Amino acid sequence: MSLRIGITLVALAVVAALLGPFLVAADPRSQELALRLAGPTWAHPLGLDELGRDILARLVAGARVSLLVGVSVVSVSALVGLLVGGIAGYAGGWVDTVLGRIIDVLMAFPGILLAIALVAALGPSLRNVVIALAVIGWVGYARLVRGQVLKAREFEYVQAARSLGASAPRVLLRHVLPCAYPAVLVQATLGMAGAIVAEASLSFLGLGVQPPTPSWGAMLDAGRSHLLDAPHLTIFPGLAIALLVLGFNFLGDGLRDRIDPRRR
Amino acid sequence: MLRFLARRLVLTVPVLLGVATLVFALIHLVPGDPAVSMLGEAATPADVAALRTRLGLDAPLPTQYTRFLSEALRGHLGQSLRTGRPVTTELSEKLGATVLLAVTAMVVALAVALPLGILAAVRANTWIDNMAMALALVGVSMPNFWLGPLLALLFGVHLGWLPISGRGPSSEMLIGSVPRVPPEYLVLPALTLGLALAAILARMTRASLVEELAELYVRAARARGLTMRRTVLRHALRNGLIPIITIVGLQFGAVLTGTIITETIFAWPGLGRLLIQSIQFRDYPMVQGCILLIAVTYVAVNLLTDLAYGLADPRIRYE
Repeated sequence: MSLRIGITLVALAVVAALLGPFLVAADPRSQELALRLAGPTWAHPLGLDELGRDILARLVAGARVSLLVGVSVVSVSALVGLLVGGIAGYAGGWVDTVLGRIIDVLMAFPGILLAIALVAALGPSLRNVVIALAVIGWVGYARLVRGQVLKAREFEYVQAARSLGASAPRVLLRHVLPCAYPAVLVQATLGMAGAIVAEASLSFLGLGVQPPTPSWGAMLDAGRSHLLDAPHLTIFPGLAIALLVLGFNFLGDGLRDRIDPRRR
Repeated sequence: MLRFLARRLVLTVPVLLGVATLVFALIHLVPGDPAVSMLGEAATPADVAALRTRLGLDAPLPTQYTRFLSEALRGHLGQSLRTGRPVTTELSEKLGATVLLAVTAMVVALAVALPLGILAAVRANTWIDNMAMALALVGVSMPNFWLGPLLALLFGVHLGWLPISGRGPSSEMLIGSVPRVPPEYLVLPALTLGLALAAILARMTRASLVEELAELYVRAARARGLTMRRTVLRHALRNGLIPIITIVGLQFGAVLTGTIITETIFAWPGLGRLLIQSIQFRDYPMVQGCILLIAVTYVAVNLLTDLAYGLADPRIRYE
């Protein structure tokens, strides 16, 4: 059930992001200043923002930004996490100790705080948001993968591969790491939700995507000063974020139940 | 227990050193000359040179690093570029408001999560459980930067019951730097911050309690004629709460960072709002101070959580 709800919500966002310009006629950047802050009408189903721009068109364009950030952050984080966690778990010894300490330090730092710090130093932009979120993102994957690898390297078929003379990278890549893929897949799905919220948080604080690029977080931030006279500026972008995040959470939960039958 | 305590304390040292190193590195990640970035392109070379000297940026990197660490250990974090006051003084003035908000949010979270989680576990796999967990999933998915404005819209604007910004007219202090805030000012920020955590805790409470309820000692207690209520509250919940202690402790860090957004929404005069304002003004010494203080508090809370866990469950101490 939760898998189906998740797939539906995520698919909706993906379709909106890919086919947005064909579905919504309005241009997300064109302004109708005379109609600024106007509420929903037939011509503008979700109303217009503080500069007279169509909110639906901006939400659709913002979906692209959110998904782009999510996919970039999650793929970079998962790849680095697989590599670092795999090496740490498989090599053991001092390699594991050193990598483990680095992971501990980064885990001890509240993630979003480190992202805020990095963006504050590097300057606010879409690229820097992705960098900052990937820098904090890989650690969780590395820890997860390390745990899985520690278990997997003791399996008999892995020892068999080793005794047949397979090289360490081959054993790791072909036999050990695949054991971690299901767990990484679940974590990546939930990580999409995390990355989307983090991007929106940074943009809400003025540290993320810069205008005029539409971002759901930045739209919410702009809506804050019009809470009294135009609440639709706050309601719709927030709803979009919440539904997409809910979608990825449902999807992650559903995948986890599917992969681990004990949880059903 | 003493050995466990000592081991945990020793393990915290490299973590704190790592945190301090990251905070030190921050200013060197600024593209170009940090002094120019702080003063703006219009600054004269003399002003830039003066600021570089004041921040110690003209010394070699290792010297800067050791100086930063030794000064930080003594509680000296430099002066704010915006106000000219010592960073430590400003931080200590704002810390109280943030702690008050974070602790109230935790209380709200526990007050909502425990009954919801217990109810869902006792009625596991019924519509009550499904409803409670769906509600919790919605809560987890609802970002606080949306929940906050929505609560403000409903309770502040439409119903007019609660104020939507600030902490009231009084400048009196309760204890230390914790301000005396009229409760109505605390409700919306604490709900905004606490409800997402409540959702996570409710899910954890349910999961943990469902496992405990399947244990033999629960069946034995029921067989001895104990009521379900007594079995749950006196026996299962006691064991089921052990992992919850860890989650509460670990989530305190999330609450602490959550204050950054909540304080921004409700103009709450704490550390989070100070951090964002300092970033906007490129007041890097203050940014470093805020980040260091929040991170060290987070590490300290995690340490206390570990110790509490060690006290609650002796097996942890011998791992």
